[in-house]
Amino acid sequence: MATILFYLFAGLAIGGAIGVVMSKSPIGSLLFMVTALGAMAGTFVLLEAHFLAAIQIIVYAGAIMVLFLFVIMLLNLGHDYQKDLKGGAFAVLSFGVIGGIAGLMAQQLGSTGLEDGPGGAAIDAAMAEHGAVGAIATELYTTYVVPFEITGILLLVAIVGALVLAKREV
Amino acid sequence: MITEALVLSAILFVIGTFGVLVRRNAIIMFLCIELQLNAVNLSFVAFSRLYGIEGQLFVFFVMTVAAAEAAVGLAIIISIFRHYETVNVDSFNLLKW
Amino acid sequence: MASLAALLQGGGQTADGGHFEPFFPGLVVILPLLGFLLNGILALQHARASADAVRGGSELDLGDSSSRPVTHTLPTWIGPGVMGLAFLITLVNFTRMFGAHLEEPVIVHYWTWIATGTFTVEAALQLDQLSMIMMMIITGVGTLIHVFSVGYMRDDPGYPRYFAYLNLFVFFMLVLVMGSSYALMFVGWEGVGLCSYLLIGYWFSDREKADAGKKAFIVNRIGDVGFLIAMFLLYKNFGTVDFVPVFHDAEALIYGGGLVTAITLFFFLGAVGKSAQMPLYVWLPDAMAGPTPVSALIHAATMVTAGVYLVARSSVLFALSPLTSAIVAGVGAITALFAATIALKQNDIKKVLAYSTVSQLGYMFIGVGVGAYAAGVFHLMTHAFFKALLFMGAGAVIHSMHEAYHSTHSHEDAQDMRNMGGLKAFMPITWVTMWLATLAIAGIWPFAGFFSKDEIIWKIGEFGGAENAAYSGVYAVIWIIALAAAMLTAFYMTRMMVMTFHGTNRTGEEEARNLHEAPAVMWVPLAVLAFLSVFGGWVNVPEALSSGWAGLGGLLPMGEWLHHWLEPLTAQAHHIQEVNLGELSHSAPLVGGGEALWAAISTLAALAVVAITIRVVGGQTVVAVKEDKTQLTGFSRLLYNKYYVDEFYDRVIVQPIIRASRFCWKVIDAGFIDGVVNSVGWISKGSGWIVSMLQTGTVNTYAFILTVGVLFILGASLF
Repeated sequence: MATILFYLFAGLAIGGAIGVVMSKSPIGSLLFMVTALGAMAGTFVLLEAHFLAAIQIIVYAGAIMVLFLFVIMLLNLGHDYQKDLKGGAFAVLSFGVIGGIAGLMAQQLGSTGLEDGPGGAAIDAAMAEHGAVGAIATELYTTYVVPFEITGILLLVAIVGALVLAKREV
Repeated sequence: MITEALVLSAILFVIGTFGVLVRRNAIIMFLCIELQLNAVNLSFVAFSRLYGIEGQLFVFFVMTVAAAEAAVGLAIIISIFRHYETVNVDSFNLLKW
Repeated sequence: MASLAALLQGGGQTADGGHFEPFFPGLVVILPLLGFLLNGILALQHARASADAVRGGSELDLGDSSSRPVTHTLPTWIGPGVMGLAFLITLVNFTRMFGAHLEEPVIVHYWTWIATGTFTVEAALQLDQLSMIMMMIITGVGTLIHVFSVGYMRDDPGYPRYFAYLNLFVFFMLVLVMGSSYALMFVGWEGVGLCSYLLIGYWFSDREKADAGKKAFIVNRIGDVGFLIAMFLLYKNFGTVDFVPVFHDAEALIYGGGLVTAITLFFFLGAVGKSAQMPLYVWLPDAMAGPTPVSALIHAATMVTAGVYLVARSSVLFALSPLTSAIVAGVGAITALFAATIALKQNDIKKVLAYSTVSQLGYMFIGVGVGAYAAGVFHLMTHAFFKALLFMGAGAVIHSMHEAYHSTHSHEDAQDMRNMGGLKAFMPITWVTMWLATLAIAGIWPFAGFFSKDEIIWKIGEFGGAENAAYSGVYAVIWIIALAAAMLTAFYMTRMMVMTFHGTNRTGEEEARNLHEAPAVMWVPLAVLAFLSVFGGWVNVPEALSSGWAGLGGLLPMGEWLHHWLEPLTAQAHHIQEVNLGELSHSAPLVGGGEALWAAISTLAALAVVAITIRVVGGQTVVAVKEDKTQLTGFSRLLYNKYYVDEFYDRVIVQPIIRASRFCWKVIDAGFIDGVVNSVGWISKGSGWIVSMLQTGTVNTYAFILTVGVLFILGASLF
């Protein structure tokens, strides 16, 4: 069952990703992106990362994508049907290069079989004890509390930066 | 399952990269970068099944950074648009010799 | 700091040396250095003050002698003062050593200067009979010349700079003679070369004088290479360059072997450069461009005799090589004759003295070349007395002539003897003292030069006629040359005196009124040296002479003191000679005859030459330079132009070097090397232009290149 679901999500994600790249209208790209993100949230669930699946939907597919949507609407993009896909030799070359990268990664994944680690069992135990959120929160507020606080500062800086950049000259 | 997830992550990453390379619309390029980030997130989650909860924590941080980046990046795109009346990156060639 | 303390304590550890207790020998060296520093500071002060004055649009006025700035009054006391103190300390040391019977040199060790693996050089002073004699000459004659300079350089704007250089010179000269190793000697050797350069080019705003300084420096370099190579050879074979161990180990060398011959020949090359022997003598006549007291101190009394000191110091090595000894004596003889002939026709008073110095240095080399090291050092000493006196006397004359011409703003040559004549009426003290020195250098009994020159000539016969002597034919020729050069010396010196002081005055009527005797500060040193020129030779008179006619049958206080004094140092060399040469000859070469007889013959001959010269030159009419239209012909012309040696060197050495340098500059440097450098530039520029095509300004392209980079890194890390 899980395997079937995984392949379903994987197909959705890949299809969404291709749609993002190939869609003519920006709004279309965005909606394909939301699809891909949702499908990825599904794979997260299958990988027992329930909390991440939730914030993937809420933060990514929800907040960030809506932000993109606002900007697209604000700039009134998508009405010019000028084809912005680079074509010709450049596209072929690009395809060759990323194909090379993909080949290398595939070769690497194929040659070194992954062994089972202790991580899965530990996560499952922690989730059984603290719940899906608690399993992450325990670590986040103990071992990783300093990076967590720094992340807060980063967000503050981003807010200030975005304000300064986007507001018109006073 | 883990290997398949990693393969999926690789495919998504490559597609994202291709998008960055071939699109001229700045916002779409941005979306493709988000796609790359998500591909990496996926591999983190997959690896967390092997090495522990830290992989998921990393995803958490990546998402935060992505959010901050999206906010600032979109602000930049807006101010560029105000100047050029377009988001076509071929028009922004001041970095030329 | 610790070493400074040791310096002030009168010496650190002293080696075992009889009863001789050194008395602050370090101070002798340090005092002139102190003088240099103090005078140097004053010179900088003065330079700043005059630069300020020039910037302010005026020139710094030195005022008259009563209101000089402090930069021009203090050196008067510092310069001669440190020298006087150094002389007093040397005198104390000398008397102490005189009382003690010093068999081994006393090494006063201060600190280790160089310590690298197996090679160490100690900063140590060697006190022995030879260095003591040299110290006495340097500080004694040096003090007199410093005092003389106070009068001579009084009105020169660079007065403090002059004394700074002069003090520095004395410092290096003392390092040269007092150093306990060849390395330390080389420090002094190069240092005096530097000071010589600085002082020859003292009036550096004059192109010709600056060039003379450069010439001296460059020609000296040729010899210095020899000195260095000789030192390397010593180190390679003995593992040290300290005097004491080297001479101790030298006994193991083969007599006349290739190694010792090579070492001594290279040392002699150094000596040839420094002591202005053939073929490197050309710098010394040009060195007369410096102030005259400098010529007296550096280019007559002390620095140029460093080569003789080197040979005398290395007597053990030179005695081991009969070939080098013959070359030393031969070069000395050729130089003595060659320079003497050039001096015959010179009109510049300092040029005559310069060639005379070259010639007399040749005598010293004959002396050390025939194994008579004491005789060489003896002539060095007497020569220091009378040649310093002659130069300073010439300085007094030039000073007077210069002021005379200065008073009428005439641009006549103050050094040309054709402009002089009859000066004895104006400068009687200078006249008398210079005559005494002239008689001394001419070899007239009982003046100093007679004994020293005669001993050298006698020793040629003794050495060349020894039982197993090699090259005895060469020594016979050298003997004849030495006698002939002695007669020439008598001639050109008398000619100089007659042209300068006798006959009618040719300076000019207006100018003659301003001719005057030198002030006391200048003539007192002349008088002291005149005394030494007369009696200085009495310290080394062989028994055969002092008990014979020359000592009035033992009536005069004469003795062979210097010879005995130096014996501890020359004994080893003399022993080598005795073993290898056998019995020395006791008569002159070719014709025979004893020492007393030949001494009488040579002094009578010299006296005759002097008398004839006075008559002949006195009878000639000399005309002043501006009226002199004489065209010299034949041999005179050749002599007047110094055998065209300078022109020859210019053609054969200087011009080819200039052409080669020009070739290197124009073709190799400007053409080839610059071409390579420029084409590197052009290639970078061109390839940069091509690569800049990649810089499209479009983000996608950059992202693409980045991705290619990722591909490469990924590939590299996986395979």
